[in-house]
Amino acid sequence: MSVLELANISKHFGAIQAVNDVSFSLEAGEVVGLMGDNGAGKSTLVKMIAGNFHPSHGTMRLEGKDLVMHKPADARQHGIEIVHQDLALCNNLTAAANVYLGRELRRGFGPLRILDYGAMYKRAGQLFAELKSETRPRDLVKQMSGGQRQAVAIARTMLSQAKIVLMDEPTAAISVRQVAEVLNLIRHLRDQGIAVVLISHRMPDVFDVADRVIVMRRGRKVADKKIASSSPEEVTGLITGAIEQVA
Amino acid sequence: MAVTLDQTIAQKQHTFLSRLFANQTFWVVIAVILACLFLSVATDSFATSKNIFNITRNITFVAIVALGMTFVIITGGIDLSVGSVLCLSSMVLAVTMHAGYSIEVGILASIATALAIGAFNGLLIAYLGFPPFVVTLGMLSVARSLAMVASNNTVVFQFGPDHQKLLSLGGGAWVFGIANPVLYMILLAAITGFILRWTKFGRHIFAIGGNEHAATLTGVPVKQIKVVVYMISALSAGLAGIIQTGWLGAVTTNLGNGMELQVIAATVIGGANLAGGVGTALGAVVGAALIEVIRNSLGLLGINAFWQGTFIGGAIILAVLFDRIRNFRRSD
Repeated sequence: MSVLELANISKHFGAIQAVNDVSFSLEAGEVVGLMGDNGAGKSTLVKMIAGNFHPSHGTMRLEGKDLVMHKPADARQHGIEIVHQDLALCNNLTAAANVYLGRELRRGFGPLRILDYGAMYKRAGQLFAELKSETRPRDLVKQMSGGQRQAVAIARTMLSQAKIVLMDEPTAAISVRQVAEVLNLIRHLRDQGIAVVLISHRMPDVFDVADRVIVMRRGRKVADKKIASSSPEEVTGLITGAIEQVA
Repeated sequence: MAVTLDQTIAQKQHTFLSRLFANQTFWVVIAVILACLFLSVATDSFATSKNIFNITRNITFVAIVALGMTFVIITGGIDLSVGSVLCLSSMVLAVTMHAGYSIEVGILASIATALAIGAFNGLLIAYLGFPPFVVTLGMLSVARSLAMVASNNTVVFQFGPDHQKLLSLGGGAWVFGIANPVLYMILLAAITGFILRWTKFGRHIFAIGGNEHAATLTGVPVKQIKVVVYMISALSAGLAGIIQTGWLGAVTTNLGNGMELQVIAATVIGGANLAGGVGTALGAVVGAALIEVIRNSLGLLGINAFWQGTFIGGAIILAVLFDRIRNFRRSD
């Protein structure tokens, strides 16, 4: 059974058809590259899966059950986590504080429930170790490298039992070495049986880490095929429209 | 491999001392202590119990409001209305008690007024997206005008049946000869420090100041928290107003005039950053203390009072200068 199934999803804003009749499914432990030019509808599609937008038409099913979300918090409750393009980190807080932002651990009772610093440092440290990232939970995010910042944002998705992780341009604007780090982080998520959607403009990254590539153009899905049976040239053609559509 | 990944992750980058030396509040504490030592030696009148009593009590009003302001400044906001809110709260208390109501009713009315103003500020800022500067600048004018309306711009110095209770509340010294306002300040500073460091609410305030967009995306109730923050600021102004009324024994409509600038100066000297994300309870108190010590010492050293503004302004710029130097070094 697929983790997530989208059937005939459309979204329009007034007269503008941002996403048009898109269907696909996601399997557990699979990395899917979502590609397309600016304005192709990638972001709108992802924002529907993330609970920011409500689809105009079509249905989403999570592990076979109908999925209706009204706000981003609903998505998180269903095990759908997002790594935002800007990572959504607070520079003035520690790595652990960022990992736990919005769902801090506390101890004690009633009005005397205080933040459980020890437990948060410990768990955050375990997550960084799992991700094989040299990131110290007590360090301020302000002082961190791009790769470490990615690790903090990704560790956030591992706090609860996530089923799907959506990553929006995680490799844009970071150094070559850090890109390799991030791709490794993605593989770690995959190995834990999480379905990863990687939205990216960078062809090499998608062909490096993804199992499947979905190409969008002008709101429509124009390709959905195994990486092994495709090529960067073909995907480029699909993105630009030089190739109309493939099965 | 000499160092494993787990060791790296477990490593603490900063020792206690390195963190202390990088802390602006620490250096301001040192400055206050040095100034006090110098004044004790240089003048006969500084280290007298009467002068110490006066200084500590004078610190409190600015410090209490600065504690509330710290919450606002950490979120990256500003509250210019505190001086006027202090005046209005005092006036509501005075007028209510003057009309023959008990001190409890007076305090309740006063606090309710402050909270209502804070909520109004907060709602406009959080839900309608007004710039904090503009909303609270407007409220600065409105609240003071309301105080004039409430009192018909007269001085109120008779507080009805509970007159004595009010005076002893603000002017007494119930424990070890420490002025009551100082006790309130210590209590409020402890509460503020606790909230900032140990509660989820405190953590979220820092998150909003650090990156409001990120806080929203991660599910922090940003709007509600912003409203509460402005209510806390107004509440602290209201409490300071109540205490100051008891101490002064009279309320005029220019009470707290220009106080907002002293309060903001105190928080900034104490290490809060107007850009948001940084600030402590101790810093607010210590900043207020430095301002008061400067003011007091100029008087004792026989320096013309006209110089006060120069010295206090210099302290503000100097305090922030240390912060800038640290940042320059880091970015090199």
